[in-house]
Amino acid sequence: MKDRIRIASGQGFWGDLFDAPYHQVTKGQVDYVMMDFLAEVTMSIMQKQKLRNPSMGYARDLPEQMKQLLPHIKAKNIRIITNGGGVNPVACKDAIFQEAEKLGIRGLKIGVVTGDDIIDRLDDLIAQGVELRNMETDAPITDIRDQIVSANVYLGAMPIVKALQNGADIVITGRTTDTGLTLAPMIHEFGWAEDDWDKMAAGTVAGHILECGAQSSGGNFLGDWRSVPDMAHIGFPIAEAYPDGSFCITKHEDTGGLVSEATVKEQLLYEIGDPREYITPDCIADFTSIRVEQKGENRVRVYGITGRPATPFFKVSASYQYGYSAIGSLTYTWPDAYEKAQAADQILRQRLRDLELEFEEIRTEYVGLNSCFGPLAPIPEEISEVVLRIGVRGKIRKHVDIFGGEIAPLILTGPPSVTGFAGGRPKPKDVIAYWPALIEKSLIRPRVLVEEN
Amino acid sequence: MAKRRIRLIEIAHARSGDKGDAGNVGVIARDERFYPVLIEQLTVDTVKKHFEGICHGTVERYELPNLGALNFILNNTLGGGGTVSLKQDAQGKTLGAAMLRMEIEVDESLLDG
Repeated sequence: MKDRIRIASGQGFWGDLFDAPYHQVTKGQVDYVMMDFLAEVTMSIMQKQKLRNPSMGYARDLPEQMKQLLPHIKAKNIRIITNGGGVNPVACKDAIFQEAEKLGIRGLKIGVVTGDDIIDRLDDLIAQGVELRNMETDAPITDIRDQIVSANVYLGAMPIVKALQNGADIVITGRTTDTGLTLAPMIHEFGWAEDDWDKMAAGTVAGHILECGAQSSGGNFLGDWRSVPDMAHIGFPIAEAYPDGSFCITKHEDTGGLVSEATVKEQLLYEIGDPREYITPDCIADFTSIRVEQKGENRVRVYGITGRPATPFFKVSASYQYGYSAIGSLTYTWPDAYEKAQAADQILRQRLRDLELEFEEIRTEYVGLNSCFGPLAPIPEEISEVVLRIGVRGKIRKHVDIFGGEIAPLILTGPPSVTGFAGGRPKPKDVIAYWPALIEKSLIRPRVLVEEN
Repeated sequence: MAKRRIRLIEIAHARSGDKGDAGNVGVIARDERFYPVLIEQLTVDTVKKHFEGICHGTVERYELPNLGALNFILNNTLGGGGTVSLKQDAQGKTLGAAMLRMEIEVDESLLDG
């Protein structure tokens, strides 16, 4: 058993810094790189891509990034764990093997975790009486059955552990929890029992700190952003984990960014609900047990974490076609910038009424003035410019499309000194909504396959 | 004891994000001596009032004394949440900064200490 492992965060979402994982494997020693690609919206985008092309549906950045990583990971014995497989982890594996082939790399083992995708099982499950009631509204999923685009279960760490036990150099999953990607190597290397809840919680908390990439190493740091050095070369966080469940958050030397108690605390508070009940498939972690302590420059010790038994459920996230939206904007300048933007908004709304268009919501915001802070933002005496941003959402695509054509005419028909319509008419975009539900764990069979090239 | 009126940002920092249609705002004391001030002044009622016109639902507050922090859930705040919302800040990323504009009263001695 190792007495410590270093797990590096390589990606916080699909679209994060492309070369972050490369720097994690080349700028210092690490044992694992975890790469989180999936947000709820990502799954529905990937599902649509897969419907258009059955060999797509995964994070396309990933094989490109692997091209950079592959020459290093075998030599340095670094293993990669990622949920970038999206709704097609098998195709993702094939794409990575193709990159390995081109580089002449053989003997590479890729583990693929499946079983999270229940879109093809939905009707059977419903027929069995599984209602998949919405956790917020309690409505049964049959209400939106025809509109469903994707449906996935959030799997935990255990299938990844199995892939690691079977020798996988790279583990590709679909919808696995972000935290499971970090917890899995700890279970594997330290031989933790699946029901050692404090340990499961410790690895889960480490995962929460790593899952948003540089957001724990100086990115988006409201504490004192000016104190964060060299953001252009920001180092992504690394968890140095120990068998007792404690770990240190750090980053490679010769990188920018900052790891401090404050940066780690901000990430710990990110997108949590009741801190005593951070629920994952692996455990319930108690965030009120976490202790953090600065142990040196860019080094924070995290310890004392406790947990409770996991629930008998997996969380399901289904995405469904909800309607359409479009958002357009125009920029108004001095004099009377704000008054003119408000007048233009009224003119536009009158036109939309005259055209008898049906929308669920019309929303106007004044970017540069108060689009984020609303009533909390004082309006200055004199305003040099303001962006009128107006959006609609509705069930009828045609109506949203007509709205898109109503903005540009304001330039010649409305208040003066207006610009900023270079982008053309806003087109209707699909609005995808989410359906959170629970499903009994016994109904889900995660599958793990490890293949060598 | 003399009080001074300050903005929350002087004694705390924050991070925010989304949980469905709710915003989550974590507020962290810049020094442990300020944590009792957060407990006393950032109540469910004062926070709800601060976010009037932004938060249209209930406010929940959770204490994390171990981190000198409070976590707030602002329900019905994001215009339908994530992908449905028409808001510029559909994911509540700036709610943390908005929280730190709040004006509070603090003992002078605590600030100079």
